Amino acid sequence: MSLATPARPKHVAPPDPPRRRQSRTVRLARLDTKLSPYLYVAPFFILFGVFGLYPMIRTGWMSLHDWDLIGEHTFIGFDNYTALLGDEYFWNATVNTLGMFVVATVPQLILALFLANLLNRTRLRGRTFFRMAIFVPNITSVAAVGIVFAMLFQRDFGVVNWLLSGLGVDAIDWDAQRWSSWTAIALMVDWRWTGYNALILLAGMQAIPKDLYEAAAIDGAGQWRQFFRITLPMLTPTFVFVVILSTIGGLQLFTEPLVFGNGNMRGGTQREFQTLAMYMFEKGINSLNTAGYGAAIAFALFLMIAVVAVINFALVRRTVK
Amino acid sequence: MKQLWRTSPLTYIALVLAVLLSVYPFYYMFVIATRSLDAINSVPPPFSPGEAFGDNFQRVLDNDAANFVKGLVNSLVVSTVVTVGVVASGTLAGFAFAKLRFRGRNALLLAIVVTMMVPTQLGLIPLWGMMSDFGWQDSLRAVTIPFVVSAFGVFMMRQYATQAISDELIEAARVDGCSTIRIYWNVVLPALRPAAAVLGLLTFMDTWNQFLWPYAVLTPDNPTLQVSLAFLSYAYYTDYSQVFAATAVGTVPLLLVFLFFGRQIIGGIMEGAVKS
Repeated sequence: MSLATPARPKHVAPPDPPRRRQSRTVRLARLDTKLSPYLYVAPFFILFGVFGLYPMIRTGWMSLHDWDLIGEHTFIGFDNYTALLGDEYFWNATVNTLGMFVVATVPQLILALFLANLLNRTRLRGRTFFRMAIFVPNITSVAAVGIVFAMLFQRDFGVVNWLLSGLGVDAIDWDAQRWSSWTAIALMVDWRWTGYNALILLAGMQAIPKDLYEAAAIDGAGQWRQFFRITLPMLTPTFVFVVILSTIGGLQLFTEPLVFGNGNMRGGTQREFQTLAMYMFEKGINSLNTAGYGAAIAFALFLMIAVVAVINFALVRRTVK
Repeated sequence: MKQLWRTSPLTYIALVLAVLLSVYPFYYMFVIATRSLDAINSVPPPFSPGEAFGDNFQRVLDNDAANFVKGLVNSLVVSTVVTVGVVASGTLAGFAFAKLRFRGRNALLLAIVVTMMVPTQLGLIPLWGMMSDFGWQDSLRAVTIPFVVSAFGVFMMRQYATQAISDELIEAARVDGCSTIRIYWNVVLPALRPAAAVLGLLTFMDTWNQFLWPYAVLTPDNPTLQVSLAFLSYAYYTDYSQVFAATAVGTVPLLLVFLFFGRQIIGGIMEGAVKS
């Protein structure tokens, strides 16, 4: 800050005109240091304010109205929320969202932890290859994943049913029942995210000081004991980070079930796999005159994510400690 | 003792299995994309590529219901503009947060961290209404302008600038009479280049893969690639080889990016995880 005024004595030369010019540059320099930071952060805050923050706040306001996105709206207080509580499709979507989240996330995190632990072996050959190969699913678009998996799980000619038939299992109509559609969708999610999470956990593992392991090894602790006594406890912050990220992403599940069900926003004929995000889309965008109700669903989803994130945070901290 | 540090064959077997599971759906995608329809609708399902890719992709090109080529070009344009915007705004703001002092700096930085945690779907419906008010429905503006800034980008650049640029360097530049914007251009930007490249790659891939929002505001008349793929797969779900040919072509650009820059992308993601 003090350097912004370079009016060193030796520069203050006797002649008058140059001195005036210099004081102007000094003033400009001061203005520059004062204003520049705000100018530099302004693009983010202006655009985020208009297209991020404002719509979010407006969601809350909208949810208190009977709102038509391209028409009239009237204030109705909390009526949308009372209606939500008695809406069986809302509860169906809630059960589906939370159910698929658990079915997808629990095995995914355990598998990611296992993979990260394997990749963390000190004398592993080809580590860059392995890292890149398990990460590659994450760079595919969800739409593409949905298309490919829908075919893998196709009833008559799909690879999965063909493999199962080898085990003597009859062809499964994967999108016709709740358990089977949840399994297929959870597998899509896990295929795309397990490697990503494994790499994040691996990064956390590599930050653990090596001498802890050496000391444990000298004390005769085996590999598994080291994993449970050193790696897991030391990994808590990273694990919390991964769990929170998975929660925020997992509860907003939308594209996988949509593409899996061939674009049906209801998620199967009996809404077997409609998520809250899909229900919000159905009410708020597919039918514009119930946008207020859609906004209430969006707000409920937001609250749910906040609550689940806090619960997960507490759970992870307690179990690992 | 020695036993503990040796990598057992079981480790390799498990890892190779994970690799096969990761790669198989890609392979399968190319198998179906290069097969004729009757080969697909048979038992057992095909496991090796065929020679029908040309025919299959020709059907995609002839299909004017999904505008695949337009979607491809649109995705290229949108992803490029968003990437340039996110990197420019991210480096500027990241530099300000890391190296400049101004009133309200910490509060604003905290606001950025908080916004990274808020689920994006919360504002979806009102934003859709705004797009109608602006006349941006079915226009690329709707999937570009709201996304040329990113909280993650600002935060990542701030973290990197804090440790990569010394205060002395900036002070020296000031003593030499550099204006702040010159410092940004001549000192900060070159120093941030490795991290900015990773941010650019991540942003490009993320924008390329965006689905929910483009699906909400665009139609098959003027789609992005993902929207085009979705409509193609809904309408022609019995013509798997056509849909898969399109999907494969839409996936190849990202595979190429990953082949060339995968190491940096993974490095960036792993570094970011430890710091935040």
